[in-house]
Amino acid sequence: MTTASSSTGHRSDPALFDYLLRLGDDSLILAQRLSEWCGHAPMIEVDLSISNVALDLVGQATLLLDYAGEVEGKGRDGDKLAFHRDALRFRNCLLVEQPNGDFGQTMARQYLFSTCQRLLFRGLAQSTDARLAGIAAKALKEIEYHADWSAEWVVRLGDGTPESRERMINGFAWMWRFVDELFQVDEIDAAIAKAGIAPARDSLRAAFNAELKKTFEAATLPLAPLPAAILGGRKGHHSEHLGHLLAAMQFLPRAYPGATW
Amino acid sequence: MSNEWPLWEVFIRTKGGLSHRHAGSVRAPDAELALRHARDTYTRRLEGVSLWVVPSAQIVASDPHQAGPLFEPAESKIYRHPTFYHVPDNVKHI
Repeated sequence: MTTASSSTGHRSDPALFDYLLRLGDDSLILAQRLSEWCGHAPMIEVDLSISNVALDLVGQATLLLDYAGEVEGKGRDGDKLAFHRDALRFRNCLLVEQPNGDFGQTMARQYLFSTCQRLLFRGLAQSTDARLAGIAAKALKEIEYHADWSAEWVVRLGDGTPESRERMINGFAWMWRFVDELFQVDEIDAAIAKAGIAPARDSLRAAFNAELKKTFEAATLPLAPLPAAILGGRKGHHSEHLGHLLAAMQFLPRAYPGATW
Repeated sequence: MSNEWPLWEVFIRTKGGLSHRHAGSVRAPDAELALRHARDTYTRRLEGVSLWVVPSAQIVASDPHQAGPLFEPAESKIYRHPTFYHVPDNVKHI
């Protein structure tokens, strides 16, 4: 535990590298998804709200992936990891790569992700890893807003018109399969939790369920048992959607290496 | 759709001690989201420390056609400005 407290003491620590990729890729891929709304949101105000969230997530991804690159110790920075890695090397959860669908589906995904991310980053802000604790404390202020903002929309659409309610239900129906993955603990999570670097993800489940119940009651939405889970994102087994997302995101720096503007 | 959300006027306090000033307007379905839209639209570059939103329909405005009777009589009342007092040299910060 004590050896993990130095921000430079992790050189070539494969578990920490992989763990940071998971955190950074979650933020990066969701940021890219959200940015697809830019210019297409239902209202100009909502367009700005979504873009703000996307930019917050890009900021988190930059800090986390830069750190991951330093831990890896092979000279890769955040940009290199973001733009010059193939889908099989991405460690994000499947939830964040799911398509935007309509506004209800996007808010369902955002609510589920931000609610879980808030619980996780509250723990990360207390990490024995000082660098990670600093990143988490900064990000947490953003995440609190994302979680509250998306919950507001879940309540309004769920308890809104018959059409908005149906869209909210359908949006969640797409996403339920990917919720269990958020709380999976494999050997990397276990090692990181044991070192006091992060809370074990399964320890967040009860608080997440309580939050979900509260929001769904306010939204007058039904909560049913989750369908069978689909896993694999943390090992690089992604849905077909990630490749298309990366093609759009990575095209420019790959076609024009070193391009600046 | 865009015509169904009411309009809200946004006021920002740029820093402690200053008064809120009108910044613009947003559309939102209710007060809570109006505050969020105001935050997302007008405080992205550290513009403020406090926000007010007010339903635009609740603003009572003076009639532009009444501008003459309302405002022009004040033009010739220079004695209403406190400029006729002698301020002693030793009094600072005025």
